[in-house]
Amino acid sequence: MTPVLQAEGLVKSWDGNRAVDGVSLALAPGEMLALIGPNGAGKSTCFNMLNGQLRPDAGIIRLGGRDITRRPPRAIWRLGVGRTFQVTATFGSMTVLDNVRMALLSHARRLLGLWRPARHQLTGEAEALLARVGMQAQAGRPCGILAYGDLKRLELAMALANQPRLLLMDEPTAGMAPAERGALMAQTAGIARAAGIAVLFTEHDMDVVFAHADRVLVLDRGRLIAEGAPEAVRVDPLVRQVYLGGMTG
Amino acid sequence: METLAVQALTGLASASSLFLVASGLTVIFGVSRIVNFAHGSFYMLGAFLAWTLVSHAPLAEWGGWGFWGGILLAALAVGLLGAAAEMVILRRIYRAPELFQLLATFALVLVVQDLVLLLWGADDKFGPRAPLLRGATEIFGLRFPRYDLFLIAVGPVVLGLLWLLFHRTRFGILLRAATQDREMVAALGVDQQLLFTGVFCLGSALAGLGGALQLPREAVTIHMDMAIIVQAFVVVVVGGLGSLPGAFLAALLISELHAFGILVLPRITLVLAFLVMAIVLVLRPYGLLGRKPEGPPPATEAAAPLPGPAPRWLQGAGMAALAALLLLPPFLGEYPLILLADFAALVLFAASLHLIMGPGGMASFGHAAYFGAGAYAAALLARHLGAPMEVGLVAAPFFAGLVGFLFGWFCVRLSGVYSAMLTLAFAQIAWSVAFQWVEVTGGDNGILGVWPSEWARGRLAFWYLSLALCGLGVWMLRRAIHAPFGMALRAQRDSPLRAEAIGIDAFRIRWLAFALAAAMAGVAGALFAYGKGSVFPSSLDIPRSVDALLMVLLGGVHSLSGPILGAVAYAGLQEQLSRLTDLWRLLLGLVILALVLFFPGGLARAFYRRRGA
Amino acid sequence: MLQVQALHAHYGRAHILHGVSLALAPGEVLCLLGRNGAGKSTTMKAVMGLVPPSAGSVRLEGRELAGQAPHVIARVGLGYVPEERRIFAGLTVAENLEVGRRPPRDGREPWTADRVFALFPALASMRRRPASRMSGGEQQMLAIARTLMGNPAVLLLDEPSEGLAPVIVERMAGAVAALKAEGMSILLSEQNLLFAATVADQAVVLESGVVRHVGAMPALMRDAALRARFLSV
Repeated sequence: MTPVLQAEGLVKSWDGNRAVDGVSLALAPGEMLALIGPNGAGKSTCFNMLNGQLRPDAGIIRLGGRDITRRPPRAIWRLGVGRTFQVTATFGSMTVLDNVRMALLSHARRLLGLWRPARHQLTGEAEALLARVGMQAQAGRPCGILAYGDLKRLELAMALANQPRLLLMDEPTAGMAPAERGALMAQTAGIARAAGIAVLFTEHDMDVVFAHADRVLVLDRGRLIAEGAPEAVRVDPLVRQVYLGGMTG
Repeated sequence: METLAVQALTGLASASSLFLVASGLTVIFGVSRIVNFAHGSFYMLGAFLAWTLVSHAPLAEWGGWGFWGGILLAALAVGLLGAAAEMVILRRIYRAPELFQLLATFALVLVVQDLVLLLWGADDKFGPRAPLLRGATEIFGLRFPRYDLFLIAVGPVVLGLLWLLFHRTRFGILLRAATQDREMVAALGVDQQLLFTGVFCLGSALAGLGGALQLPREAVTIHMDMAIIVQAFVVVVVGGLGSLPGAFLAALLISELHAFGILVLPRITLVLAFLVMAIVLVLRPYGLLGRKPEGPPPATEAAAPLPGPAPRWLQGAGMAALAALLLLPPFLGEYPLILLADFAALVLFAASLHLIMGPGGMASFGHAAYFGAGAYAAALLARHLGAPMEVGLVAAPFFAGLVGFLFGWFCVRLSGVYSAMLTLAFAQIAWSVAFQWVEVTGGDNGILGVWPSEWARGRLAFWYLSLALCGLGVWMLRRAIHAPFGMALRAQRDSPLRAEAIGIDAFRIRWLAFALAAAMAGVAGALFAYGKGSVFPSSLDIPRSVDALLMVLLGGVHSLSGPILGAVAYAGLQEQLSRLTDLWRLLLGLVILALVLFFPGGLARAFYRRRGA
Repeated sequence: MLQVQALHAHYGRAHILHGVSLALAPGEVLCLLGRNGAGKSTTMKAVMGLVPPSAGSVRLEGRELAGQAPHVIARVGLGYVPEERRIFAGLTVAENLEVGRRPPRDGREPWTADRVFALFPALASMRRRPASRMSGGEQQMLAIARTLMGNPAVLLLDEPSEGLAPVIVERMAGAVAALKAEGMSILLSEQNLLFAATVADQAVVLESGVVRHVGAMPALMRDAALRARFLSV
């Protein structure tokens, strides 16, 4: 089967330092893949190349077999990739419903509409999306006053607006109280499984990783050092050493 | 050959003066991130203070010592004034959005203008020749003013002294550190307030010195402030905000360009500097020696929740106002009707700028370009083709929109101060064309005889026409803001990251918004032209752009009711104050300062809040 | 010496610290441990006032610091060395030190340029070098030296070993040990457990902004199960 997402030999340097040094990975349809690693391992750089925010110095990224290397994020979105951010990025001056509506309007290519009020468009669809993430009760609230966990759920709803086949989630549970984390990821996993959406996420809460990932990739100093099922990665001696640190290597 | 040499030296002398002023501006910006419109006012104060000091007892009687002492004393006094302004006003608004700081410094400009008028009167002042530097020196057989030679030396000397200050003193080292990372400097125990006051003192003293040194060279006038601030902005932006060597380089470039431009292309000298600025900013968006600001972008103002349907009391008030505007005018005299029609045009002008600044989250210092484009479109059609008003009113938005489309392509690529400066540059280019292309535009004499068609010539009919067109324009803007397009515009303002991630092409949206706003400003400009029966370059000059900016900021950028209230309040205030007193600028400036300090959300916000509470 | 109690902090609406408490005794090195994202850096920033704490208290020798401006906190005696180092790239080494310089504290030998060069000999030969042309390790040394010039009573060291080559990490550990030997109180944050083990007396393990474990550092090093629970994958 063609992988949903495939990267080969990704390289990115900053001032001569290779932050990402030849990373290759593939993601099967419907798979949940976690990308982990200690500080400075190159997770964010790697992630931002996959979502189009950074241009790789070398390497190829394919989405369902189609080359998307160096495409801007908005083009990647149009090909069916939804995203959530480490620090939530939503439209603070709009209501929850309007945030989702915005994503739907963009998907429907109606952004240049100058006349018909937006509030009369796609309301039912937006409400349906909010219902999927359990946010319908908050539809009318300004998103500037939401609790952080609800903002994360709102982001998820927006990411689902283009009926994606892939979700890229950067630290989906960062900034949340530990108790909420499991619930959010369980919900995400449930939605993704039901719709057959593949998920690639970075994460530093290991409970979340081991509870929800089908497969784990471990980065250190820009290179993949381990890859496999969570249980296998957990006992990998190299991985343990990297996480615990070592002054001599 | 001889003229070339003389021109080159003249250019060098001008470059020195320009650098003095620009260096102060760039140093202040580097540390405080405030774009100080009032910098030109400090320059003017320096010149006037120096004039007073050196041409009156006791200094006037002390010969050479008195003259040079007076120059330095004036610079010092201006430095103290700058420090005082920082402590009393600017210190309170460092956390305010960039544009509010700008508004405050512009209010200072107004205040200083009237204070200077009050203290020194309107007539030009001529200082004495500089002792020891009278007359001319022969260089390679060419006679050259000694004072200009002195000025040529002053630029590099001041650059050198500043270099020493920034590298050899603790204060200077702290300033450089603060320019790079203010927060880290604070974490090391440095009190930034002292640093900021110090840098304003230094920067203002440099402006004052620049002004004082002009004394033997040219007349001291009450228009010095605006003339120099625009040039200094160009120099600072071309050199790279915050970069002293950049400012020096840019001052040389601009001054020499001007000196030689006069020989080769006398007709486009005014445009030249701005053309250079536009080219530099397009090729090097952060200036010649400027660097991209590091770290996260400055915290933007927390996005205000979208204004839903207007509250009932406001709807009621709006309806009542509309009814009054429809029913009362037949009972009004000629003058109130003229005023009302002007107000209508200004309301649409402000509302169009609001689209860029509010939902768009961009700044424009040059919105008058599109107001003027509309006005000139109507006037040129009338003058050269004898086109009637109806044609002019239809052509105006298309022409202005086209100009906005062209300029906008450059401006909306950049953000913040740089984008704002580029809008200013383009507006100045437009102004220069209107001013210098005399055959077509009539230059400074403008175009007369731009009258409405017969049916709209009566003041009452013209008022209803203005009300209808401006009402239509504002209504269309309102529709656009609430339509998907306006939502997308707000979306890219709220979160560029998220907007991009859901497929919104922010550049395209901003560009179209810019063009749309320009078209609406064009309608306002054309109406204004027909109302006055004439068009002058002043319809697209900087004060007109600033008017629009003030109207929007006064009203508040959060909802469309803001610019409407702001336009009426500003234009009304200006009108009332100018009738009451000659010192209307002073009062207006003080009012604006009070508003900035006490109602940083704008009039409309204050209104809503009062009602909501 | 430094007492932090029930500290809460937010980034925007993200709630990062959920009531962090710790106590640092004079002359002691206390190490914050935890995976990245656990809240170590935020704890440092909240203590320093760079991220204003939303609740809780920070006391230095009994004086309340929570809610004060960073420059006040620095003057009272906290010296902060940020994780990203944040040296002034356009300034030379000597100038960077000058920015950090503050009057000496009573009863302590004041830090001078010569004294920090003795601690970091590598810096002595590059006084006039622009900081932008230094390696990562040299920049880290400069960041510490710059803060020492302020004669702090307590040093906050945020991940000093991050991104450094192993040999430099060892040198850094040596410098921290030397500071400790001179009686400096240090609040350290680390991901590198071996680095922490060589210098720290106490360990506080953070996870998701919550303190999960407090104890002696040697004890933590002996207890493999405890380590695996909080720090390993």
